[in-house]
Amino acid sequence: MTTIYVPGDSGALSLGADAVCRALSREAAERRLEVKVVRNGSRGAYWLEPMLEVSSERGRLAYGPVSVADVPGLFDARWLEGGAHRLLLGPTDELPWFANQQRLTFERVGVIDPRSVADYVAHGGYQGLRRALSMDPAAVVDRIVRSGLRGRGGAAFPTGIKWKTVLEQPPGQKYVTCNADEGDSGTFSDRMLIEGDPLSLIEGMTIAAIAVGATHGYIYLRAEYPHAWRTLTQAIAAAYTADYLGGDVMGSGRRFELEIRVGAGAYICGEETSMLESLEGRRGEVRVRPPLPAVKGLFGRPTIVNNVITLATVPLIVREGAEFYAGFGMGRSRGTLPLQLAGNIKRGGLIERAFGLSLREILYDYGGGSGSGRPIRAVQIGGPLGAYVPAAQFDTPVDYEALAAIGAMLGHGGIVAFDDTVDMARMARYAMEFCAIESCGKCTPCRIGSTRGVEIIDHIIAGHDPQGNLERLEALCELMVQGSLCGLGGMAPFPVQSAMKHFREDFSARAQH
Amino acid sequence: MHTSAVDRNHDIRRILAQFKDRPGPLLEVLHTVQAAFGFIPPQSISLIAEHLNLSRAEVHGVVTFYHHFRCAPPGQHVLQLCRAESCQAVGAEALAAHARARLGVDFHESTPDGRFSLEPVYCLGNCACSPAVMLDGRPYGRVTPERLDALLREADRAAGGNG
Ligand SMILES: Cc1cc2nc3c(=O)[nH]c(=O)nc-3n(C[C@H](O)[C@H](O)[C@H](O)COP(=O)(O)O)c2cc1C
Ligand code: SF4
Ligand code: FES
Repeated sequence: MTTIYVPGDSGALSLGADAVCRALSREAAERRLEVKVVRNGSRGAYWLEPMLEVSSERGRLAYGPVSVADVPGLFDARWLEGGAHRLLLGPTDELPWFANQQRLTFERVGVIDPRSVADYVAHGGYQGLRRALSMDPAAVVDRIVRSGLRGRGGAAFPTGIKWKTVLEQPPGQKYVTCNADEGDSGTFSDRMLIEGDPLSLIEGMTIAAIAVGATHGYIYLRAEYPHAWRTLTQAIAAAYTADYLGGDVMGSGRRFELEIRVGAGAYICGEETSMLESLEGRRGEVRVRPPLPAVKGLFGRPTIVNNVITLATVPLIVREGAEFYAGFGMGRSRGTLPLQLAGNIKRGGLIERAFGLSLREILYDYGGGSGSGRPIRAVQIGGPLGAYVPAAQFDTPVDYEALAAIGAMLGHGGIVAFDDTVDMARMARYAMEFCAIESCGKCTPCRIGSTRGVEIIDHIIAGHDPQGNLERLEALCELMVQGSLCGLGGMAPFPVQSAMKHFREDFSARAQH
Repeated sequence: MHTSAVDRNHDIRRILAQFKDRPGPLLEVLHTVQAAFGFIPPQSISLIAEHLNLSRAEVHGVVTFYHHFRCAPPGQHVLQLCRAESCQAVGAEALAAHARARLGVDFHESTPDGRFSLEPVYCLGNCACSPAVMLDGRPYGRVTPERLDALLREADRAAGGNG
């Protein structure tokens, strides 16, 4: 029987994948054709979604983007036998977008049925955990240290070192928590991973628990991701049923309980101490550090806090070895990075490659330039707190150090493109406005400063004393960077400062009239 | 149609019982209450506070801290429109202006007939298909003003029959 893959990823759904799925089931039934439909994740080529795949001797064949109206024609063209059709793209793995990627963390996303433990295991799943269970906990931690894996949530802290701290705390209740708040605009890799291969996250958390001696885990998932919640809930239930979670993990006698907690629409709850407050059922106000969460975290106990992508990469590292993973990348940025390309771009989506690709390659070779056909004037990297980078710096390689050297940051790996119609003073204003909306209110530079920032930029836009106000804005940014307790107030000035630095004309042009 | 205050208190007590032995349950309780009623009824605050051994101010403080929790019933349909950068790069502000004009309300408001609420969101994780919206929890990508009109019309029709 032929298998047809119809993505159940919410991005694909947003382009009509469910309606296409219904249409093709109806059409197949009418033609008395037996097909098996699998709702996989997205492969991440969103300009081709809904991208359907048909199993064949030549591997999986991709068709896309498919609309309901195309369905009868696809059957007429005998697509179940790989028939030629205007929408036939070819074998998925050979499409240039995929062929040039190095998918490690995303090796199964879009490939398997995300809810099926059997499918997961058939594609290399749970080999890492099996391995970890046979190793000394310290050796597991050491493997993560040597892989060079750094946190993918934004701060890029070495994951193994964090785990080592938790391991070294005296025995007792410890926790593993996953930060699935994914608040950064322009990023969607956590969502795609959870919707496409949630068991890799579950396995990664289980390995972390085994390694540091934790018995309980929480996934803090943002409320804006109801589809991810559904898939993850089903995957956790399936893992329990198959004894990959619960009182006797893989027959080892070890226990690991895992549950989801849903956020409530506060960006600041992505900051790890705020997330812990929220997990405890309180306002998401940032905690003063020290103590570190690794020492005193959830309910006052030693706690691992890691991003979805960080944890989902762990099984592969344990399975393949530290050297395998560290063999990818450049300098101190080891391994691969799932980049997310969005905004005004022709071909947006997820690109997983070893660190080191230049912005230009990402934007033009993968992205195909702007969606509008106009020149790309700026990109914002790393979410709403990330700097704007002008076209003159597009040859910068994408790794932690190279971006830091030009005053930018990689963050969670989102790249948002803007064409030359963008008004950078407005984008700067938005950065301050966002900070004002999302500030947790604990410290003054952030809470009051962001509102002041909006007012000052409004004056600049209105042409009131632009020189004086630009100076005031620069001083305010400096104050926020220096005086804020956490990264929200401390980094919200980055987009503003970079806009002023690289796109000064947008702040002064209006001043002349 | 409306549940009486007594029924409501009963439902809230049942929800509270469900979370009795969980650590740090307040957010979960609030989510469940909002799922049941569409918002956090003001009268539920003292009940929740009492059961969880918190002050009313603490519960109120949590409800108001999080954008997701509503203190008033939403419209029949909730349109969440993304206003973050990726969507802005391809016309989200124009789409927002269109939605406001079409519905005759601003963000955080509901139409007088109670049909629609308009809410801002800051990224739906669908940035590769910007501009993105969610209507009643269903995602839509690459939304033009025309497509938005069609979606709203369709929702209205689906809800039709009651005026
Ligand atoms: C304002 C702010 C928001 C953040 N949002 C997120 C987020 O949504 N997801 C995330 O994984 N990390 C986020 N972080 C980073 C976390 O504080 C923390 O460094 C991370 O979850 C640790 O996991 P990692 O080491 O695996 O990256 C945020 C940080 C700040 C300051
Ligand atoms: S910088 Fe802003 S978000 Fe961070 S602790 Fe201070 S007020 Fe809260
Ligand atoms: S910025 Fe709008 S969906 Fe992400």
